Amino acid sequence: MFDGPSVVAALEDCGVTHVVWLPDSDIGRWEPALRTASCLQLLRVCREGEAIALAAGLHLGGKRPIVLIQCTGLFEAGDSLRNIVHDLHLPLFLVIGVRSYHAHQRGASTDSCPIFTEPILRAWQLPYVLLDDRHRAADLAAAYRQAQAKNQAFAVLLPE
Amino acid sequence: MMTLREALEILAHHRGQRIVIATMSSASVWPSLSDTPLDFIYVPSAMGQGPSLAHGLALAQPERGVIVLNGDGCMLMNLGCLVTLAEHPANVYLLIIDNGLYEVTGGQPTPGAGRIDFAALARAVGIARVYSYDNASAWRAGAAEALTGPGPVVIWLKVEGRLGQSAPKAPRPMAEQIQRLRQAITGQVPKPPS
Repeated sequence: MFDGPSVVAALEDCGVTHVVWLPDSDIGRWEPALRTASCLQLLRVCREGEAIALAAGLHLGGKRPIVLIQCTGLFEAGDSLRNIVHDLHLPLFLVIGVRSYHAHQRGASTDSCPIFTEPILRAWQLPYVLLDDRHRAADLAAAYRQAQAKNQAFAVLLPE
Repeated sequence: MMTLREALEILAHHRGQRIVIATMSSASVWPSLSDTPLDFIYVPSAMGQGPSLAHGLALAQPERGVIVLNGDGCMLMNLGCLVTLAEHPANVYLLIIDNGLYEVTGGQPTPGAGRIDFAALARAVGIARVYSYDNASAWRAGAAEALTGPGPVVIWLKVEGRLGQSAPKAPRPMAEQIQRLRQAITGQVPKPPS
């Protein structure tokens, strides 16, 4: 299970400096912890393509940002993702909530988000891991550290 | 009205030690005016994302201003960046180079060309320092004030459209541009992806 305080503690332990985000109803619950974090700054943006470009600027300037968005925003942000990951080759790290994943697994949702999220990441050639409710914030931190060690763009999917 | 080159020549005189990010049409002119490690020709780009890239850089490097040259077509693709800039103030100097055209695609008009008041848009989201110039002599007279002091600053420049322009090219590969820029501002040499 993930919660705001444990995620913030894990990110701060990794040296993450900025969280660039648009909340959804699940990761939105992390907002109080992100807003009051002592070692990282929460940056609210208007669209997800913008989040990716802003994080890229932070990277160029020597900071360690992550992008925290919902899969719907991933769908919108394709050109920005393509450019930053494949033209600029910056090691962007995204955490993406997958709307309706659990309900889809139970056959209880007609939401198309879970159908397209992973194929779209594969199409954009962005490696990823899905961390479900059995995982902890420490697993998120491990994914971040591994991606940064490889200087590789990476996504963590969080089923919702 | 002024030409794009006139507008950028005036900027070159006043940019100081700030980073300059050039996109689209500006990217075809700026390298002939300045080609230092602090000049970042954002080609290939994600159209509309230049201001957001500049914003991130300015937040990361608060003592060093970042000037971004953005066309009106680019601006229309990411108007929300103005709101984000007001939400998280930084030393960004956003030049909206407005020719009313998608120049590199053949000169088709942008939506709202000639009707959009970019200065009013910027003020409406809470950016206090907003300037507009529609001729070279006014821009030349106002540039020092507009480009002095803290950001965010929005400068709306009306320029003549140029037809028959080809897509801009960067003077060097993106990886080399990033290496030069990062070395200049952070002293770090980026690792290649494994």
